[in-house]
Formats: sequence, structure tokens, C-alpha cells
Amino acid sequence: MQRIGDAPALRRLLIGAAVALSALFLLLPLVAIFAQAFSQGLATFWVNVSDTYTLAAIGLTLFITALTIPINLVFGVMLAWLVTRFTFPGRRLLQTLIDIPFAISPVVAGLVYLLLYGRNGWLGGWLDAHDIQLMFAWPGILMVTVFVTCPFVARELIPLMQAQGSREEEAAVTLGASGFTLFRRVTLPNIRWALLYGVILTNARAVGEFGAVSVVSGAIRGETNTLPLHVELLYQDYNTVGAFASAALLALIALFTLAAKAGLEWRAARREALA
Amino acid sequence: MSQRAAGSRLALPFPGRTQRVLPGFGLSLGISLTFVSLVLLLPLTGLVGQLAGLSLGEYWAIISEARVVASYLITLGAAAVAALVNAAFGLLLAWVLVRYDFPGKRALDALMDLPFALPTAVAGITLATLYSSNGWMGQALAPLGLEVAYTWVGIALAMAFTSIPFVVRTVQPILEDLPHEIDEAAMTLGARDGVAFRRVILPHLWPALVTGTGLAFVRSLGEFGAVIFIAGNMPYETEITSLMIFVKLQEYDYVGASAIASVVLATSLALLLAINLWQGRFIRRLHGGN
Repeated sequence: MQRIGDAPALRRLLIGAAVALSALFLLLPLVAIFAQAFSQGLATFWVNVSDTYTLAAIGLTLFITALTIPINLVFGVMLAWLVTRFTFPGRRLLQTLIDIPFAISPVVAGLVYLLLYGRNGWLGGWLDAHDIQLMFAWPGILMVTVFVTCPFVARELIPLMQAQGSREEEAAVTLGASGFTLFRRVTLPNIRWALLYGVILTNARAVGEFGAVSVVSGAIRGETNTLPLHVELLYQDYNTVGAFASAALLALIALFTLAAKAGLEWRAARREALA
Repeated sequence: MSQRAAGSRLALPFPGRTQRVLPGFGLSLGISLTFVSLVLLLPLTGLVGQLAGLSLGEYWAIISEARVVASYLITLGAAAVAALVNAAFGLLLAWVLVRYDFPGKRALDALMDLPFALPTAVAGITLATLYSSNGWMGQALAPLGLEVAYTWVGIALAMAFTSIPFVVRTVQPILEDLPHEIDEAAMTLGARDGVAFRRVILPHLWPALVTGTGLAFVRSLGEFGAVIFIAGNMPYETEITSLMIFVKLQEYDYVGASAIASVVLATSLALLLAINLWQGRFIRRLHGGN
């Protein structure tokens, strides 16, 4: 059956244009990251990556990410359970509110935290008096990272849990399952892949957040410098190869994210085909 | 979907009273509300608090300062160009990925998400290096007299890069769901490809296309990490509004930063609200006008 755009010449033209433009604007930058990182050989790359300040930045980024994921995992599951399993006034509003981080520019997100918890902020004076420093220290970085990544898990779960409905869970309750058993044995097996994808997205963004973190971090080398901030610092110091060595590590995480997404989608498509 | 949610309530013989069958309402409500209040809403009060001390005249003076106004125009202009470029590119890619089979299609599909997966600072230094005068692209474009790095073209390029997935990923599912009969009817009646696409396919796609383009525009307005490296950051020429906020903060001018941030915040919230309302209206029309 002839469909629109099936003529061989047009088809070739469109595929060619799509591939060429994607190669130029997406693939070339990706290749350039690794080309720059390894431009002075593997040994230099290794020296750059194992530099004390780079290792400290990697450590801080991993630490922040390791704390962000469980926080947003619990919040995402709770919120998805709440808005897909119950009706109550304000349900719609709650669903709209969790999109706030997507609407706010990262710099503005960092700023509002700084205004509240910084030395001149509403709570900052009290915190200062009690010798608690949140801004320009790791707790501030954690707070803004949680803020910018909090929609990801919930956004993956809500459509899926809505589509699946709650019949199986109601059946389990009728059969006497406790809340925890119900979640572990009935809900979790149904949502685990969406949950995993939400975590992967949270991870990618938590590792790579720049704008919000740069406002609240102070970027003290070895102390409050995350890996993306370290990339900026090295780049501004004209240490391009060093900057790209750290950038290559971040690009690897991005590639892992893309592969994981493709894998999960392939799995879902195959299950759909089998069903 | 409200029917499904209502399914988890069991009606009791007394009208107006219902009992929730599934456990965890109190717990999930408590955690969700606490989180939303502390993480999302409380910080916004900081901005209000900072602005409360300003008179309207002072506020206006800050947000209408010449250098700041220039940054609005640069940001809006570059974001508009980025969004329009993405509308065309996204439509092409969505079409090719849905309608054709070819080797490497899965890799191309995966590549579309790169800008969301790649940290913005990494995208920023990479584009700046590629398009600088001794970078691969910079050298290729120099004979054509095209300067990208440290000009507003570079800003638009960085914005376009970071917002590529929006149009592709909003148009793709709609295109996948279009029934074959639509094509067949048009082709049977002898319409040419271009005409058939414009008259038959595009009317189904354009709500998704506008939504995706709108989201790309909003994202571009707030983009920071990818832009600052390639922008050059010259006042009045290549300085974006997000950077203005950052510059004010570095000067410890919290009030100035807050005033400009409130403009950015209000603009993006208004745009998102408009996109949501528009989308909602379209979906209602699609489902028979209720």
C-alpha cells in the first residue's frame, strides 16, 4: 500500500537529511568530547582524571547523587501512589506543582534557595546564629539537586500507574495483604521498569546539574566543587584537555543513560509484541 | 482516568460517605505535602520576601535598566530562532523515525535524547570548542564568513542543541498513532506527497508541533550552562538574562538578582500555563468537545 512519502527518491532524501543533520549537530559534539579528552594521549587523560581535585569533584558528585536518588525515589513513589490511587480535592493542583522544577530556570532555582537559606535570607539569620551553614556547602548542593530532579520518578510512574488501574491492588487488599506486602508483591513488579527509568533520569540530571548548583556552591576546589563545576573551572583556566577529561566522564554517564533507555524501550516493545 | 481513581473508593450505604479501600492515603499524602511545601513552595517565599522591600518604582528601575532589557531581547530572539529551527528539525526527525525503516534507525532514535542526558556544562564547552575559530566547525565555517562562537548565533545554537528532544518526542507518538487509512485515502485520491502531507497529516500534527516548539522555547529562555561558554557574555550584545541574574549575585546585589529572576519566573510560568491550557483545549476538541 502506497503511503505518503513512500516514493524512493523522497524517502532517500529525507532519511539522508535527517542522518546528516543529526550527525552534524548531535554526533559530532559527542565525538569531539572524547577527541579532546584523549588529544594528548591516554596517559594525559589518566593524569587529568586522577588529579586530586578531579577525584574530590567526582566524590562529591557521587555523594550528592547517592543521597538525591533515594529521597526522590520515596517522594516519587508516594506522590504517584497518592494521585493515581485516591481522589481528593487538590489532586490536580498537586500534579501541576511537581512540574515547577521543569518550568524554572536552574539559575532562578539556585537563587530562591540562596535567598531563603543564605546569610541574608529569612531562615539564614537563624541558621547562622546556630552555626549551621547550608549554602556554599554540600547541604545546599543537595537541596537544589533534589529540587531540580524531583519530578522525574513521579512523572514516569504517574501515567503508568494510571493506565494500570488499581484492580490487582484492591484484590490483594481483599485477600488480606498488608500495605507493605501489597506494595512489594503487587505494585512494585508492575512499575519496576518505569521506576528504574525514573531513577536513571534522576541520576543523569543529578550528576550533571550546573546552573542551580553553581549559584549555591561557591565552587571551592576540593570542597564544594562538583564535577560539572570542575569542568567549568578547568575550562576557564584554559586547561581545555583537563576540562574535557572530566567532561568525558560525564558524557559516559550520558551514553549509559541513552543505552539504558533504549534497552528498557526495546524490552517494553518486545513484551507488547508477545502479549 | 477519574473513574479509575474513583474505583478505589467503596461507597457506603450513607450517601456522601466513602471509604478508601487501598492503604497508605495518610502516609502518601503526608509525605507528598511535606515535600512539596518544603522543597518546592517554601523556597519561592524567599523571592517574595526579597522583593517585598522594594517599591514599585525601584522594581521597575531594576527590570527596565538598559543592559537588562538588552539581555531580554537577546534571550527572546535567540530562543525564538532555536525553537523554530527545532520545529523543522524535530518534524523531519519524527517523520523519518516513525515512517521509514533503515539501518541505524535505533541508534538515531537513541541519539535524539543526548541533549537531555548530557550535562549542560559539557554541551557548553563542547560547542564553544567546536565552533571557536580553531575548532572543527569554526574552521569549516570561517571561509563562508560565518562566525558562531561569541555571537548571538552561538547562543541560538546552544539553545537549539539543549532543546532538540522536545519537538521530536512530542510529535513522534502522535505520528505513530495516525491510522493508515488517512494516508491511503489521500494517495488514492491522487494527491501529491507535499499536498497530502500539508492537507492531511499536518493538521493532526500541528498541536503537538506547537506544544513541542513552545516547550523548547521555554527551556531555551532559561538555559544557562550550555549558553554561557559559547556566548562571549558581552554586555548589550551576547549577555543572556540568566547570566544577568548570575552577575548580580556575584556583585552581592540580591535585590537586583531577585527582581530580574521574578521577570524570568513569571514569563516561563505564564508560557507553560498557556501551553497547558492550549493543549487542554485541543484535547477536549479531539474528544468531542466536552
